Amino acid sequence: MTIEGLLIILLKIIGAVIIAFLGVILGLFYKGIDRKLAAKMQARVGPPIRQPFMDFFKLMIKENIVPENAVPWIFNGVPVMTLVATITILFYLPIGNISPLLSGYGDIVLIIYLLTLPAIGMVVGGFASGSPYANVGAQREMVMMMSYELPLVTTVIAIGWKLSQVYPQLNVFSLAVINAHPIWGLVGPLGFVGALLLLITLAIVTPGELSKIPFDVPEAETELAGGLLVEYSGRNLALFSLADAVKTIVMVSLTVALFFPYNIAHLFDLSGIFAIGIDSLFFLVKLLLIMFVEVTFIRVAAARLKIDQVSYAYWVPLSIIGLLGLSLIVLDTIMI
Amino acid sequence: MSKMSYSVPIGPVHPSLKEPMTFNFEIYGERIEKVNLAPGDNHRGIEFMGRQRNPIQIIYLAERICGICSASHPFAFCQAVENAAGIEVPERAQYIRVIIAELERIHSHILWAGVAAHELGFDSILYLTWRAREEVLDLLEYLTGNRINYGIFMIGGVRRDITKEHIPRIKKTLEYYKDIYAKLEDVFLNDPTIALRTKNVGILTTEDALRLCAVGPTARASGITKDIRQDQPYAAYADLEVKAITPDALTGEVHGDIYDRIIVRLLEVVQSIQIIEQCIENIPSGEIIAEKKLVKLLNQLKKAKGEGIGRHEAPRGECIHYVKLNESELPEVWKARAPTYNNLMTWVPMLIGQQIADIPIVIASIDPCIACMDRVTILNKDNGQKSILAKEDLHKLSVQKTRRITP
Repeated sequence: MTIEGLLIILLKIIGAVIIAFLGVILGLFYKGIDRKLAAKMQARVGPPIRQPFMDFFKLMIKENIVPENAVPWIFNGVPVMTLVATITILFYLPIGNISPLLSGYGDIVLIIYLLTLPAIGMVVGGFASGSPYANVGAQREMVMMMSYELPLVTTVIAIGWKLSQVYPQLNVFSLAVINAHPIWGLVGPLGFVGALLLLITLAIVTPGELSKIPFDVPEAETELAGGLLVEYSGRNLALFSLADAVKTIVMVSLTVALFFPYNIAHLFDLSGIFAIGIDSLFFLVKLLLIMFVEVTFIRVAAARLKIDQVSYAYWVPLSIIGLLGLSLIVLDTIMI
Repeated sequence: MSKMSYSVPIGPVHPSLKEPMTFNFEIYGERIEKVNLAPGDNHRGIEFMGRQRNPIQIIYLAERICGICSASHPFAFCQAVENAAGIEVPERAQYIRVIIAELERIHSHILWAGVAAHELGFDSILYLTWRAREEVLDLLEYLTGNRINYGIFMIGGVRRDITKEHIPRIKKTLEYYKDIYAKLEDVFLNDPTIALRTKNVGILTTEDALRLCAVGPTARASGITKDIRQDQPYAAYADLEVKAITPDALTGEVHGDIYDRIIVRLLEVVQSIQIIEQCIENIPSGEIIAEKKLVKLLNQLKKAKGEGIGRHEAPRGECIHYVKLNESELPEVWKARAPTYNNLMTWVPMLIGQQIADIPIVIASIDPCIACMDRVTILNKDNGQKSILAKEDLHKLSVQKTRRITP
């Protein structure tokens, strides 16, 4: 291996560390904003924005209890795995006009696989904790996972297929490519409606993927007292809360990358470092707006559904909306 | 169990329970197969404490049986003592009692609405309703000096008058609730997620409600027109028009589900506003207490002999107090029966066949007040073990006692 090759690997490692660090900080910061916004909508004062950081540091110094019935190595390993899997997705996501760190080593299909990892991790952790509440929570998480997968994949496939029709020479599932060619510019009026339906689908899958109200059945505070996480404490719980914060960023960035990959640097005739700066700032604003709609607003405006209702909502109405969006895009392409 | 069912304990301490109480569920998948109730975690020996105190002191103890029912228990208790000692309550005092009791109903029902929304995971409504509840608490503080545990009831009347200066403030609160009622009705009855979670959930049929002697909004939501204010009017209720509210007043049909219980409670808020308005208009002038001097009153009670029953339609249902005075300073017997005691067993038909997700809202739907209900716990002092007496055992014991006292 050449020196150059080693240097690239080294750069990637440094980049990974920086992105992981920034991702975690951003995640916790946005979680604080989310809580503050929700509080404002409910006419409360709400916690300070730095509250998630304080919670995290407090949890880190708390005792880490492993229940008697638990399987210790699974029980302790799962939070780490969940966090690692979530942070790995960050390396595949484009930020503004910066292409992903691991661009070329994996595409959106890999992201979808990686997204199921935290959920599987939580299921395993739930079953391993040996509590009936966690057990029920784990069963529900499995059902949830099977439910929201189809609408999510439909959205991704539709966009990938459309890109492959317009640019057959490109690697259409690469996020860098998707990011460079917004879907709205490629479709006619019919396809525009289809893309809108797909956006709705993704917006409703997001709270499910993040276990937020109305789809927070696996955790369900008043029913299962925290469900999957009921036995977790101290360091393990802190890792789970980090993973949750990062996953919010991941899901919202996914919406940004798939549907709103626009940048504003060229409007101001900026280039070089300024362009990167202003685009990254614009990216953060987009994240905030989409998080507000997909996470904060939905969770203050609905009651928690039951697991069969969640499953039905994803399998029937939402899948139909997604497939309708897909077929409208196909129809749009064929008619042209 | 033949199928692969597993047991899930809920309680004594659980986020969905506001007070300690144990439920043991047999669950198959997500479906509830069997329910076992095990109350007794919140027993404080209040009736025993009462028997060490004179009747006036008991009023304050009765107020503290439960924070939310802090007008219902003293109301029923005062009526029981008045009944036993033959004390006539001035008419003005009766009106004031009704106003306080109805204000309590407003605050209790709105509090319940918030709790129910929280059990459904709809915290925005919890904040909305509890903010709305502050107004009536402020009014109660203005009228009685306290937000809860009003300390206004006295044997033979009330301790504070409602004067002319108070009336505009009361009217302002009533207007506030008329304004906010439309909003509450909209969020509870028109929200699709609330409808999904409450319609056809936790059904209590009319037959079951009758068989299990359900009381209050729980019974009325199952279509039983049962309300003491209507059936056996007491205090000022005889002068007022009170009709038991059933959900068909709004929807035209009775399902007996949680949605119906929400409707009944919302409509009762409106009814309470109307009752208070009538009271303010028709309140007669005169004394507010039969005997102003407490020493004299205590002496009168010390000489009294007899039994008395006081009943009051509390926000949760019929609340009964029984008092036996026996020419001594302390009452011989004081028995309080809170509405939750009757409604307790209605949980069983409501819960069986439902999902785990329904447990919190079904439990909350009868507006349980465990502190009011827990009157008995059986403890063997020698080995510290609890034991349970079923109906047959109690029957056997009472037959034995009857044989002993009537040879």
